[in-house]
Amino acid sequence: MSRDQIPGLLEEREAYGETTLVVEPGRLLEALGHMRDERGFAFLADITATDYLGWREEARDVAGHLGTAAGRDLNAPSSQGLELLPEPKPKRFSLSYHLLSLEDRSRVRVQAWLDDGEAVESAVSVWPTADWHEREAFDLMGIRFSGHPNLTRLLMDDDWEGHPLRKDYPIGGEPVRFSSAE
Amino acid sequence: MAVHPPAARVRQPRLIYEGTRIPSPIPTVLQVRPELMEQGDIMQINFGPNHPSTHGVLRLIVDLDGERVVGLAAVVGYLHTGFEKTMEHKTWWKAITYPERIDYVSFQNNELVFVLAIEKLLALETPPKAVWMRTLLCELNRIHSHLVFLATAALELGAISMFWYCFRERDQILDLFELVTGARMHTRYFQAGGLAEDIPRGFYDECRTFCERMPHAIDQYESLVDRNRIWLERTQGVGLLSAADAIALGQSGPVLRASGVDWDVRRTDPYLAYDQLDFNVPVYENGDVYDRYRVRMEEMRESTRIVEQCLEGMPEGPWIADDRKVVLPPREELHTSMESLIHHFKLVTEGYRVPEGEVYVPIESPRGELGCYVVSDGGPKPWRVKFRAPSFVALEATATCMHDALVADLIAIVGSLDSVMGEVDR
Repeated sequence: MSRDQIPGLLEEREAYGETTLVVEPGRLLEALGHMRDERGFAFLADITATDYLGWREEARDVAGHLGTAAGRDLNAPSSQGLELLPEPKPKRFSLSYHLLSLEDRSRVRVQAWLDDGEAVESAVSVWPTADWHEREAFDLMGIRFSGHPNLTRLLMDDDWEGHPLRKDYPIGGEPVRFSSAE
Repeated sequence: MAVHPPAARVRQPRLIYEGTRIPSPIPTVLQVRPELMEQGDIMQINFGPNHPSTHGVLRLIVDLDGERVVGLAAVVGYLHTGFEKTMEHKTWWKAITYPERIDYVSFQNNELVFVLAIEKLLALETPPKAVWMRTLLCELNRIHSHLVFLATAALELGAISMFWYCFRERDQILDLFELVTGARMHTRYFQAGGLAEDIPRGFYDECRTFCERMPHAIDQYESLVDRNRIWLERTQGVGLLSAADAIALGQSGPVLRASGVDWDVRRTDPYLAYDQLDFNVPVYENGDVYDRYRVRMEEMRESTRIVEQCLEGMPEGPWIADDRKVVLPPREELHTSMESLIHHFKLVTEGYRVPEGEVYVPIESPRGELGCYVVSDGGPKPWRVKFRAPSFVALEATATCMHDALVADLIAIVGSLDSVMGEVDR
């Protein structure tokens, strides 16, 4: 795909046989519309938000990373060989749209990077199926979609506080009613 | 039924209705028209979350004008258990048990998609015997899932006897799973690299017996409902969904194929041994409840054929890859080899590491395109796991299908979308 045609394209990556197109968050909707209308990606399979808070830090506390080419350093006790840290990420959240072309059977991932609180335009006008996917991303990850007709919580209670799939949300952090302490 | 060559493309489907019926502005909520609202005769009632005919804990807020459904909103989340969050806190091999519980009716397929994602990141080759056995089990699982659909959908429309007939065959499939894996459901039989254990003696014979029996059983189901006036009148022409609307709403699997779109991931994006198997993809064109039922009936026949072919073509050889950094060493080596003992200990306590990266793996689960998006940071636990759940997407179509529906149709429509709430809410 040529770079100048997709609106707001920042980067095109190939990994594991999959294509990822990183676009500017401000022009995401434009890019998605272009993918649907000009490139035949008529089918939106999925929208996934991922929280990268603590990425590269959490990886340190476990021994012996992949690619320990040099092995352990015997002269430095308890060193764990080559510490392979993952690639840095531009912002905290990634938002991935998995698109599918029913005509030539190809798949592509359109990705935008967002900071906490940064809003993107809703894709409901491009694909109605985005409705629940975006509500889920809002509910569990706290991504804001401007222009969504009904951006309310989907899976959690309406009065739930916090966004459970964020990395700073503890597992088992919900209050338990009727516990012995009450 | 339309039978087509392997390289079939999306044909021009029959026009089911003009334009689009997707509600606006909220595509998943059918809002009561203002002029109806002014009449003041609208009754709002709750279906669920514990109504027996809502396939689990689905809640529908329905606005009724007499018998007619004039407004509808689905409320989900009653079964949200945070599977995706929990999986981030488990090592890769321990997390394999979770996808099975997400969709507790098609557990093998859900397990498979996560294992395939791990293998894609690890670039791990699976031996042919494991590939074919996985295919076989996934197809048995598809039959199992469609039997549960047929049993419950017919039950909800008043055909109680269908439930017993379907569960008779379902039980035989569960017996086969128990024979192979030791568990009837949630079998945890797929490992990264292959299978957890070798295929037990006696399985092939039992499975052949089942395959001989299954086509007759399907004939029986068809003879129960296919010429049944009540069944036909309650399903034909009900819950219409056009091809264009189905694609816009992201529908997949039997719902999409019943709307005339020829799309099956097993064929378009072959995984496992599907590119070496001969099977048809049933496509129907009316987009109603009846056609969704027909697609699943045909698929059960095709799946039986696939199982037979898998039994015929099952290769011999190892059932798991020989990669000691990922795969547990053989049990007997633990008594004799220090190296194997260390590998075993490290794999069980710490788990294996999966290279950094993100992948999206789609497969055709009984309910449609089941995708698994996995991010790894190179550590022993997944950074993010997300399931593209076909049931979740199917429920988005309820409001569109509900055009001009009666209360009785609502039951048939929700049943025909075949949502499993565990997968919707995750």
